[in-house]
Amino acid sequence: MSDNSSLRTPSQRIAWSATIVISTLVFIFLITPILAIMPLSFSSGSYLTYPLPGLSLRWYDDFINSPRWMNSLKNSMIIGVASTLLSMVLGTLAALGLAQWKSRLKPLVLAFVLSPVVVPGVITAVGLYFFFAPIGLTGSYLGLILAHTALATPFVVITVGATLQSFDTNLARAAASLGASPLYAFRRVILPLILPGLASGALFAFATSFDEVVIVLFMAGPEQRTLPREMFSGIRENISPTITAAAVVLTTVSVILLATLEALRRRNERLKGSST
Amino acid sequence: MTDALLTGADASTEVPLKRRLRRAERTRQVKALALVAPLLLFLLFTFAGPIAGMLWRAVDDREVRQVLPQTIAALASWDGKDLPDEQVYAALAGDILAARTAGTIAIAAKRLNYALNGFRTILTSTARNLKAAPEPGTARETLGKINPAWRERATWTTIKDASGPVTGFNLLSALDLTRNADGAIVAAAPDQAIYRDIFARTFLISLAVTAFCLILGFPVAYLLATLPPGRSNLLMIFVLLPFWTSLLVRTCAWIVLLQSKGVVNDSLHWLGIIDAPLRLIYNRFGVCVAMTHVLLPFMILPLYSSMKAISPAYMRAAASLGAPPLTAFLRIYLPQTLPGIGAGCLLVFILALGYYITPALVGGAADQMISYFIALYTTETANWGLASALGAVLLLATILLALVYGKLVQGQQVTGGMKN
Repeated sequence: MSDNSSLRTPSQRIAWSATIVISTLVFIFLITPILAIMPLSFSSGSYLTYPLPGLSLRWYDDFINSPRWMNSLKNSMIIGVASTLLSMVLGTLAALGLAQWKSRLKPLVLAFVLSPVVVPGVITAVGLYFFFAPIGLTGSYLGLILAHTALATPFVVITVGATLQSFDTNLARAAASLGASPLYAFRRVILPLILPGLASGALFAFATSFDEVVIVLFMAGPEQRTLPREMFSGIRENISPTITAAAVVLTTVSVILLATLEALRRRNERLKGSST
Repeated sequence: MTDALLTGADASTEVPLKRRLRRAERTRQVKALALVAPLLLFLLFTFAGPIAGMLWRAVDDREVRQVLPQTIAALASWDGKDLPDEQVYAALAGDILAARTAGTIAIAAKRLNYALNGFRTILTSTARNLKAAPEPGTARETLGKINPAWRERATWTTIKDASGPVTGFNLLSALDLTRNADGAIVAAAPDQAIYRDIFARTFLISLAVTAFCLILGFPVAYLLATLPPGRSNLLMIFVLLPFWTSLLVRTCAWIVLLQSKGVVNDSLHWLGIIDAPLRLIYNRFGVCVAMTHVLLPFMILPLYSSMKAISPAYMRAAASLGAPPLTAFLRIYLPQTLPGIGAGCLLVFILALGYYITPALVGGAADQMISYFIALYTTETANWGLASALGAVLLLATILLALVYGKLVQGQQVTGGMKN
């Protein structure tokens, strides 16, 4: 509001109005696709067009009663949870180490640790396909979990590392001087303080695995197909409204993840606010 | 400060204390490294190793050498000027007979056919028609009779080029280049020279998507950075929700919107703007729209971070010094957003370069980007050498751009505005 009152000249007001109009159009562009696909999942007809002939839950029924879709949901959950746990362990240890490590090599190591995010998915997928096939890791859960962990860990390193930056290392020293063993100090002092960072890292890691499809395309056998993989073939072959039901399920998961992350951020800001 | 303390300390304990401190610090560093080590080893196995393996495949060329070992050995002393001598022909006949028994002819045939179209036929027909080892001294004549291609120098140059163990052949092919019979690097035959076009297409689509993202993202980032926190947090949901929504959901949604009976065409028809449905999808337009939608948050978030950091006092100072609003914006505000613009553009461009899923689902045959061909050669045609070479070029481009990006965001958070 205060900004609007500071706009004195007509040209400034026009520029501000233009910003609002353009931004509104961009917001519509961003949100329309997600909103447009949702009602179709409640359609009683089998075409993905508006107006809806009637409302029904038949596509959800279809989704829940299809062994293929249910299996893919189960796979996404198994692979997502397992790779999140693994990336939490590896990423947290690495972030703790990197926070203490002083070396000229550090930027290089950090770049290497973060590189799975930047390297195009196809390159990682092709490399893994060649590398994992001879040792029997293609067409296996383990192979997919390992691959997704590699993609997800950078996010854990980033979020936990960011939390550690604001962490007062004197607290760890204080714990040690009071006779706490390193493990005890970690459990009782460090862990509670970096927990919000760990939680958002876990959310990012899970979202990364849950949304990943390129590596699954290359490496998964019919048994390991995940939800996005099943959607990929669904879109390729023929878009049945069951896909829109799957899309709503996926979006609901995203909204839950996003809401949790936002709640964590708010809590963190509140805590920071109260400490100063 | 430690030094000041130490010089004040008793001389007899000074040296041991210094040493002890240094030793303690060293132990700390070793412990720190030990914490990072598991991740480094893990990434070596699941990421760096596989990619190094892929790069090796781009130059690996041992197939022909394994199938035709004697021929390759005999060709080593061939000067490449005239046809090779009788001894080479005899070695080839021996190799072909052995490979026919072992059933490995097809491996060499496939590799040689990549280098010289029709080589598969030359090799298989020879293998089929060669009854037994030719009499000493008649090998050249026998093979030449079975297939006249053995009387051509180019056939032999192809084998010699493919003798391995490493080759630049795939990397040259990825750049539409090849070696001629004299070993000079020349442009590839027009029907095989398709990759420069594909790289150019990938580059153009990525550039267009980056430009669209900047044009659409700048006003939004500006609005979000200027509004009071309460309202901008609320509007941020419009950016973060698509950011967190599955790529597959968003791509599917665009198909629903843009198809010939989709929401957009129906609306335009209802408004009386069009009579027949427009073709909005399975073409370049659809690819650009869907990719811009997917990548827009990656532009808005870094822009927002950089704009949020600009103190409003600068603009007020400019205004109080008499600068017209436009001048103040162009001379004071815009330059300060340049790091954000650079970071956002590079991030979007890097991500766009490697895109596979979206173009594969909403693009036509002429809109497929380089990743599509890498995937195609890996899983469909099993031309792994070429797939790896194309991958190597894409990886190189990505790494170079990522280095520039790293320089740009140096000092800023590594997250580059991924969150907040």
